[in-house]
Amino acid sequence: MKVDAIAPCFKVGDAVRVRAMYSPGHIRTPWYVRGRSGAIERLCGVFANPEELAYARPGTPRQPLYRVRFTQRDLWPDYAGGEYDSIEIEIYQHWLEPTE
Amino acid sequence: MMRGHHDMGGLPAGPVELSEHDYALWEKRVDALMVLLSQEGRQLLTVDELRRNIESIGGDAYETMSYYERWIFAITQTMIQRGVVSIDELNRKMAEVEARPASEQT
Repeated sequence: MKVDAIAPCFKVGDAVRVRAMYSPGHIRTPWYVRGRSGAIERLCGVFANPEELAYARPGTPRQPLYRVRFTQRDLWPDYAGGEYDSIEIEIYQHWLEPTE
Repeated sequence: MMRGHHDMGGLPAGPVELSEHDYALWEKRVDALMVLLSQEGRQLLTVDELRRNIESIGGDAYETMSYYERWIFAITQTMIQRGVVSIDELNRKMAEVEARPASEQT
């Protein structure tokens, strides 16, 4: 039986890396954050997958969506602001992998 | 590796244009069309399809088209993809509207 929704597998504070994937298709994960590491800030909910909805399909199984926090310095090598400045990006679970 | 033209976060860009402007009647109609098509019970379009079709606009056109020009392009693409309108119907309607006096074209 096909599952309707994928269970969340990360908890707040977990270190994660955004998967470095570069296929064509409708992708909500910004290019500049792929392959970068951050931490789970919160679980936003479990939602129909936009990569499927974009092609008029049902979007199942629904995917957990997280808000992931990155430091600006990790994303931009020439970042001139504060050391702890951060950016939070909402990313679906299938784009995330655990890091040590 | 294919970076979509729309996926431009972090790339060099000019200053952000912050000024507000009034919307033309046709722009308000495009907005209304989007709301009506995506309404529950009708669901002829998802925002995700709209986004995908906006992303499919080539780089040069993406830069020169206005916000609602991109929207009506993407709504039209979605209606064709979903079979809501045929290309023939669309072409005939566009020719009919173009044949009207300029004051009646909107």
